[in-house]
Amino acid sequence: MSPLNRKLLRDLLHMKGQSLAISLVMAAGVATFVMALSTLRSLERNRATYYDHYRFGHVFAHLKRAPETLAARIEQIPGVAHVQTRVVVDVNLDVADMPEPAIGRLISIPERGQPKMNAVYLRSGRYIEPGRTGEVLVGEAFAEAHGLVPGDTVRAVINGKRQTLKIVGVALSPEYVLQIRQGDLLPDPERFGVFWIGRTELAAAYDMEGAFNDVSLRLMRGASTAEAIRRLDDLLAPYGGVGAYDREDQISHRFLSDEIRQLRTMGVLAPTIFLAVAAFLLNIVMSRLIRTQREQIAALKAFGYTNFEVGIHYLQFVLVISVFGVSLGTLSGLWLGRDLTRMYTEFYKFPIFTFYPDATIAMTALLIAAGAAITGTLGAVRRAASLPPAQAMRPEPPARYRPTILERLGIGAFLSQAARMILRNLERQPVKAMISCFGIAMAAAVLVLGAFSEDALDYMIEFSFYAAQRQDMTLSFVEPTSAEARYSVEHLTGVLYSEPFRSVPVKLRFGHRSRRLAILGIDPHSDLYRLVDRNERPVALPEEGLLISDKLAEVLHARIGDLLTVEVLEGERPVVRLPISGTIRDLAGLNAYMSYDALHRMMQEGETLSGAFVMVDSLNADTLYRRLKQTPQVAGVSVKNATVQSFKDTVAENMNIMRTFNIAFACVIAFGVVYNAARISLAERSRELATLRVIGFTRGEVSAILLGELGTITVVAIPFGLAIGYGLAAIVVQGLDTEQYRVPLVIDASTYAFATIVVLLASLFSGLVVRRRIDRLDLIAVLKTRE
Amino acid sequence: MPGTVDSTATRTAVFRARGVTKVYHMGEVDVHALRGVDLDLYESEFIVLLGPSGSGKSTLLNILGGLDTPTSGAVRYKDIVLTELDDAGLTQYRRHHVGFVFQFYNLIPSLTAKENVALITEIASDPMPPEEALALVGLADRMNHFPAQLSGGEQQRVAIARAVAKKPDVLLCDEPTGALDVHTGVVVLEVIQQINEQLGTTTAVITHNAVISDIADRVIALSDGRIGGVRVNERKVPASQLKW
Ligand SMILES: Nc1ncnc2c1ncn2[C@@H]1O[C@H](COP(=O)(O)OP(=O)(O)OP(=O)(O)O)[C@@H](O)[C@H]1O
Ligand SMILES: [Mg+2]
Repeated sequence: MSPLNRKLLRDLLHMKGQSLAISLVMAAGVATFVMALSTLRSLERNRATYYDHYRFGHVFAHLKRAPETLAARIEQIPGVAHVQTRVVVDVNLDVADMPEPAIGRLISIPERGQPKMNAVYLRSGRYIEPGRTGEVLVGEAFAEAHGLVPGDTVRAVINGKRQTLKIVGVALSPEYVLQIRQGDLLPDPERFGVFWIGRTELAAAYDMEGAFNDVSLRLMRGASTAEAIRRLDDLLAPYGGVGAYDREDQISHRFLSDEIRQLRTMGVLAPTIFLAVAAFLLNIVMSRLIRTQREQIAALKAFGYTNFEVGIHYLQFVLVISVFGVSLGTLSGLWLGRDLTRMYTEFYKFPIFTFYPDATIAMTALLIAAGAAITGTLGAVRRAASLPPAQAMRPEPPARYRPTILERLGIGAFLSQAARMILRNLERQPVKAMISCFGIAMAAAVLVLGAFSEDALDYMIEFSFYAAQRQDMTLSFVEPTSAEARYSVEHLTGVLYSEPFRSVPVKLRFGHRSRRLAILGIDPHSDLYRLVDRNERPVALPEEGLLISDKLAEVLHARIGDLLTVEVLEGERPVVRLPISGTIRDLAGLNAYMSYDALHRMMQEGETLSGAFVMVDSLNADTLYRRLKQTPQVAGVSVKNATVQSFKDTVAENMNIMRTFNIAFACVIAFGVVYNAARISLAERSRELATLRVIGFTRGEVSAILLGELGTITVVAIPFGLAIGYGLAAIVVQGLDTEQYRVPLVIDASTYAFATIVVLLASLFSGLVVRRRIDRLDLIAVLKTRE
Repeated sequence: MPGTVDSTATRTAVFRARGVTKVYHMGEVDVHALRGVDLDLYESEFIVLLGPSGSGKSTLLNILGGLDTPTSGAVRYKDIVLTELDDAGLTQYRRHHVGFVFQFYNLIPSLTAKENVALITEIASDPMPPEEALALVGLADRMNHFPAQLSGGEQQRVAIARAVAKKPDVLLCDEPTGALDVHTGVVVLEVIQQINEQLGTTTAVITHNAVISDIADRVIALSDGRIGGVRVNERKVPASQLKW
């Protein structure tokens, strides 16, 4: 081994604590990166495989009723590979363990053999058998929510008649990865379940023999979806078709895509920041290390080592640390990614699990990390290499000390000798102090970034479900109902107060952009459904025109005053044009509101309600629910607490998985950064401290000087870091901005406290290490050699 | 040694410095380290630079060694005009021609004595083995010790072994005996003298100690950045006979 390589090795060993800390910080950055990316990629590929194996449709449409013969004409649509006609109906369910009614979606499947499209995966039990009535497969989410297993039964009101459904199997389907109803914001697995039942039986019950009311298409590769939708709409229009849509508007797919997008933000942005912090740290350490070695560099150069050779030597130092960190990070990232992929596939109930350890992700991480480390260090190396050897050879000129600001202000008299030394030191080397400060601040910032998402979600829950919507329950009717229903609801036992609402499914179009949603018509002075923006300020509902989510305006590229085309998807299906009268900065979903009366005018109808918001007397809640269960007009109820729970179980849960990892890595980074800052200061000051010891300072006094300095820097750094953390969180929040949710930038005091405590603990730990080192300082060795 | 003066005059000049000045700008103050130095050094010559602290000795030596560049003036080494070389050129010059012994040793603390020497022989064209160089300075048995395990004088001898191991054309020593006792100082000087005589290395040694000047061919006195005087030694004294 050449002497220079030997020097490299010994320097590394000499700085093993620090080198390891930097490697760990890099490893943490790389690990989160590799973990998140490989998980995402695996998740996306698993989803694609799932969709493919179970032949998930590309285009979907519902209609009133069409003869089966229409299927042949649909098949003629260019680009259509396969057509699946079905009978799909929503029915009221009576589940034994729940007082309130639930909605069951009955989907027809062939009695013999799997459907050709939108197939089901049997988790347990068996497929239905021909000739046996009442046999169904149940979606796993609903089965789990109610503890249903094959052999159990549920009662359903099928076309007005109570019937018993016998569960023979528990199933999954790509169509209902999340079992959520079109128009709902969240899955509610207790109150909405999917069932698969024999086509003959379901058709007979609903007079659909030789007919269908639901169709899905699979398209050939490269076929135009928009064209297929247009042609399908044309064919279905006479049969009460309500507009075909593609996967983008398919609620389960949409929800899953949005979740994956949020994962990407949490999983990519945070690690990128982590990696940047690691590179920054390496830069600090390298430039300081190089500074302590300036005389060695000068000697090397004096003897004819070229700048290039000297540069390479120090770059190798960086490379060893980076390669070690990156390898460690990549391996642990892949290992964790595997677990995380498993967790998510279980979370989303994919029937398949394959982890795709991706070499390109690892390579990217290596390139980013080593690239960042090298560019971060190049400056320091270049400065070192270009140091004129004659200058470097002389010992660094004694620092110019002077009384500090505090002393000049006359407070000096109150300061101890040690405090004075600390302050003078900080003031003499403001850049160094600032860099240390910045490093520690970044540690605090990363912690805030890792942990804040929970606060934001808590706020969303509090805001959306309690501040804005005050009803306990939302009741929806099977069909829009006349005004009398309003009074029937008000007089039900258990109803304290209720307000009617009208909800009209529409396609809102502006230019070539459109979205399917429901316009909600409410009383402008509603007490239960309050329109408030994300700063909790009330927003007035205009008498005329639409009030829409600012996010909806954004996706439609429309502004206040623009006229939207409203294609109503129910009843006579009128098409009208309405102005956007206002926008609301809300947090969830794409919403469009109108005043209750204005919506009636638009529909050219008298008072009609789609449902009611209800405040429930908790003492009589069970009576109310039992009553509703027996009311065929009631399509379903959604109970707020259940919705909140669902939010926590889906969106929040999914983000929290990532959050846990981010926090763990942020802790590693924080410790690494703080520890390094302490060790570097010690290395730079060991001569001075040894000298102080020699002239009679005690260990305690000497430690107090260095630790006091570190402590001061830490205390200054923390608030600064919390502020940076807020800024980084703001960036991440931008990335979490989806059509489904706009995560607000809310950070609780507890998160700041958490970041502060971790940094303080890291400082304490580093302080103890430094203290022990100072105690064991080999005075003779330090003073004898000139490092 | 008879006829030294004449032979010096006829020998070719290895170094030729003309009007060399060096000014350090320190804020508002300019420090004139060298104020116009003209100097010739000849093939295989042994010179001693004498002068009070701060007179510019190290500055001059560093310029001759290609470690530093003058503010004005010209310096040639044989056919090479040092003052026209860029950084890379100076590096090559140092690499192939110059051996340094520094006032502050400047050993690499993480390398053993032998490795410190090997560091230089690695990049030299015709070096002696590090063991031989260390034996020359009487440290054959301390080869595997780290600088921190050596005394100041021993560290200085390692530094000399490091400088001579590459058999340089020019050997420049900045106070090589400054930190040493008489006996060790003599050992160190003997080594330098031996290199000068056996390999014909042009040698310049800085010292505060006037006694040492007796071993030189010529003694050049610097004061306040100028050459105060040049004395040619009629009789060179072997280092072993020095006493102070
Ligand atoms: N990098 C520098 N910056 C500012 N002034 C310098 C620098 N290097 C040398 N000097 C000044 O130049 C003058 C000559 O310095 P030099 O080191 O050559 O003296 P010297 O003769 O070697 O002294 P000594 O015997 O103490 O080593 C001194 O006044 C010194 O302060
Ligand atoms: Mg000097």
